[in-house]
Amino acid sequence: MSFVLNTPDDVRVMLETIGVSSIDQLFLDIPEDMRLEKISGMPGRLTESQAFRHLGQLASKNNEPPSFVGAGAYNHYIPAAVDHLASRSEFYTAYTPYQAEVSQGTLTAIFEFQTMICRLTGMDIANASMYDGATSLAEAVLMSSRTSRKNKIVVSETVHPHYRQVLNTYAWANDLSILEVPTSGGVSDISGIKQALTDEVGAVVVQNPAFFGCIEDVKSCAEAAHQHGAHLIVVVTEAMSLGLLKPPGELGADIVCGEGQSFGNPIGFGGPMLGLLAAGKTFMRSMPGRLIGKTVDHDGKEAYTMTLQTREQHIRRDRATSNICTNEGLCALRAAMYLSLVGTSLQKLARLNHTAASYLMKRLTDEGYARVFDMPFFNEFVIRLDNARDIVRRMEQEGFLMGLTLEQYYPDMEDCVLMAVTECTTKTDIDNLVTTLKNTV
Amino acid sequence: MSTIFDKSKEGKNRYSIPEWDGEFYDPIPETMCRENVSMPDVGEVDVVRHYNSLSRMNFGVDTGMYPLGSCTMKHNPKINDRVAALYGFTDQHPLAGDELSQGSLEIMYELSSMLCQVTGMSAFSLMPAAGAHGELASVMIIRKYFEKKGEKRNVILIPDSAHGTNPASVMMCGFTVREVPSTSEGDVDVEELKKMVDGDVAAMMLTSPSTLGLFDRNVHVIADILHRAGALFYCDGANLNAVVGRASVSRMGFDIMHVNLHKTFSTPHGGGGPGSGPIGVVAELEPFLPVPVVERSEDGYVLSSDRPHSIGRIHSFYGNFLVMVRAYTYMRMLGAEGLREVADNAVLNANYLRVKLKQHYNLPVDRICMHEFVINDEGMPNHVTTNDIAKRLLDYGYHAPTVYFPLIIPGAMMIEPTETEDKTALDEFIEAMIAIKKESEESPQLVLDAPQTTPVKRVDAVTAARKPVLQWEE
Amino acid sequence: MSAIPDDLRYTKTHEWVRTDENDMNAECGITDHAQEMLTDIVFVELPDVDMTVNAGDQVAVVESVKAVSDVYAPVSGRIVEVNTELEDSPENVNNDPYGNGWIFKIEIKNAGELEELMDAVSYNEHVESGE
Repeated sequence: MSFVLNTPDDVRVMLETIGVSSIDQLFLDIPEDMRLEKISGMPGRLTESQAFRHLGQLASKNNEPPSFVGAGAYNHYIPAAVDHLASRSEFYTAYTPYQAEVSQGTLTAIFEFQTMICRLTGMDIANASMYDGATSLAEAVLMSSRTSRKNKIVVSETVHPHYRQVLNTYAWANDLSILEVPTSGGVSDISGIKQALTDEVGAVVVQNPAFFGCIEDVKSCAEAAHQHGAHLIVVVTEAMSLGLLKPPGELGADIVCGEGQSFGNPIGFGGPMLGLLAAGKTFMRSMPGRLIGKTVDHDGKEAYTMTLQTREQHIRRDRATSNICTNEGLCALRAAMYLSLVGTSLQKLARLNHTAASYLMKRLTDEGYARVFDMPFFNEFVIRLDNARDIVRRMEQEGFLMGLTLEQYYPDMEDCVLMAVTECTTKTDIDNLVTTLKNTV
Repeated sequence: MSTIFDKSKEGKNRYSIPEWDGEFYDPIPETMCRENVSMPDVGEVDVVRHYNSLSRMNFGVDTGMYPLGSCTMKHNPKINDRVAALYGFTDQHPLAGDELSQGSLEIMYELSSMLCQVTGMSAFSLMPAAGAHGELASVMIIRKYFEKKGEKRNVILIPDSAHGTNPASVMMCGFTVREVPSTSEGDVDVEELKKMVDGDVAAMMLTSPSTLGLFDRNVHVIADILHRAGALFYCDGANLNAVVGRASVSRMGFDIMHVNLHKTFSTPHGGGGPGSGPIGVVAELEPFLPVPVVERSEDGYVLSSDRPHSIGRIHSFYGNFLVMVRAYTYMRMLGAEGLREVADNAVLNANYLRVKLKQHYNLPVDRICMHEFVINDEGMPNHVTTNDIAKRLLDYGYHAPTVYFPLIIPGAMMIEPTETEDKTALDEFIEAMIAIKKESEESPQLVLDAPQTTPVKRVDAVTAARKPVLQWEE
Repeated sequence: MSAIPDDLRYTKTHEWVRTDENDMNAECGITDHAQEMLTDIVFVELPDVDMTVNAGDQVAVVESVKAVSDVYAPVSGRIVEVNTELEDSPENVNNDPYGNGWIFKIEIKNAGELEELMDAVSYNEHVESGE
């Protein structure tokens, strides 16, 4: 398959115009020892139909049964209109909206997205997206550190283990020191955080709902942080929770970051994702990433444009707030479409997530499985099963991806399984899971 | 241009949520719940019409020619989107386990392998979610490399012609930037470089071909200077479209590079992403790649984090997988010959435009170019600037080329046609550019007031920056 | 032709200085030439009051839509006042660079440093030469 358009005739005339005898002549600047005659070791070329067949075969090698795994990527129903609208090629084949006059589609939609994220998080400003929840946390910490000029960060172990790993990588690269505080009862250990807080600490990071699914006491965390002049950064990995729980902004968060994949984006084996970053007004000039602002055009007509671009790399270069250029624009667009479609029904949808999850919890505890944390949860929780790893494996064979075993991340949580439930799971699905589990054990 | 919020009306939303057909347990305490959530109150018809009309205000590659230099706005094959939408890919959870994810892992492994073949590098990581992310990861690898060696080097050299993400990435990793001047032809000034390379220099970042669309004939010399000083050589592979199948990046002397799947490998730009910026390294730097990596064992493909010297994780999962699916499909369809054909035609098209346009516009460097070239507004009559020309092109149905980059050429306009345009399309573009030149001479107001036919005219960026309004208000 | 008042002193980096009678305090800003090059200014990052600075230190930042420019202290001393009006009206720097576009005032540490600054004629030559 080829997408080149030039005919042999075209080529001949163009070479003549340029004044060379062959295409080879156009590559003479490349020293001989660097030239390639051809790329070696490539598999044979496919036609479109062959490619389709081949990819179909690969897709069928992914054998995921019905899943109760969350842990930062959630299976929510995506309304058909989202796929339909997001696949309009004027949206997805466009570049970054530098030329505002021909990008009002993208710009307006991202402005809507920013608005929605502000409302959901309770913050003043949201940017046009980051790569994913983990890097948005890293950049949130960098932003906090830039403004506080402090380089110690306290991080609760309620934050997703992968996110903490990414934060550690960025912290190492920026000479920030991370102090992790173990959890207590499934949520952040406030007294542990208080002990770790000194005047050298610039920020405290907690996750809500916590990695274990439990709902955090964000307000107390905020109070503890603010008493020491530190920022409170709240991480959200399950964006759907923002539809039901109190927004972090109302509870004292200074910065909210996290993952927006739950809004209209498929899980896609972990990417593309949708990083969210929102903060109070004081962070406006320090915010990384694109910001879309409202303005007017020459005739006074309402228009949208990228603004405060002097923060960004293409102008500020080594003094930019970040190096980010391409972000997750189409994923943000999908989120805006999703939130427009679900709209005012979002709270009810979020509540259904919780209802289904609590039904599963009830069924499991009735069958004698131990609920590990006695805390309110949103749509995810931890259950204890003897020989959990073995059971999870056998359940896979029985047609259920039951959950995520936790000892790989928290060594003292042997036999613990993290399970997530969304609106895609019915009562029957849950009953079937429990029945199968009983028979498997 | 009104937003979806402007179309809200109380009671319009009828999005149906399934009713729960069972008991309710364990309600969340009301004190933990929000009172309401203020989302748009519209019906599906409203949403469809709204985004439909928004899309028609956008210009994409599917609309017309998009000669945005350095961005490689080539055609996005539609089969890529069809396969990326397969249920087996879209619904696969990243933590489902190796056994259940063999399809995804095979694609990642084979894509990495093909990228190695194309560039000559020993290993690739697909984890970075964008080019700049790949640059950052590369600078992290450079830092880790010297840490392991026990050497403290603080400086990274960057040409003054570099893309802004280069110095920004360096800054995000604790190094300082030292700028290397370019010659008037846009090559690195090797004599100046020699004076700047000392034991404090960890690496140099170079875009190859350069940001002027030219191949720096001294690349080998530069590599030599750096390697003899114990420094590393990084390639910003944004311009790979010019040399894919024609040159080996590793034989140019580079130790580490990034590629952009959303440029060279045809995945859509999405209006600002998602992209994907895989990084490739020579064997010596493999231990530092981010984890997990995909390996092949007897039992199949596995994810492995057993790399004690890795820079660590840089993404919550494995990178932008659904973007990788598209790039993989593209590379399988083009094969070795098809990829070479890409570079051949990209370079042919650019040179044709260059030769034709230089008769009407100032061409600062007149030599055979690669896949893009730079003209500027020097000598334009009636105070017409590059910005004006760009805006007038919008009226002619083109997206503007890249403007005011690279910084070393004042008033730069960087034109990259890509290989997915034919001579007819190029001739039409040339005619438009000639017409604009004529207008600049004879009726300059048309150019100075452009664009006139787009959904909005020139926007007031000054007020947008002085008094930012970043969310919708009643 | 940009305005270059005779009674002020100038730096190579396009700052101007207006001293009071006893050369105790210096009022500083950026020149007409500088604001012309930057075009519409959208934001001014002011220095902290009471900050001690050396001549040549970067103390403020001026942003336009498409560029960012550092502003340097022309002389050493202590920042005693900053022009907070610029927070709401950054355009004052464009409209009246030598008047209510002033940016900060320094309590001068060493009056001798004033000698090293350029006068209007020298600054004019400097601008003409294209720096």
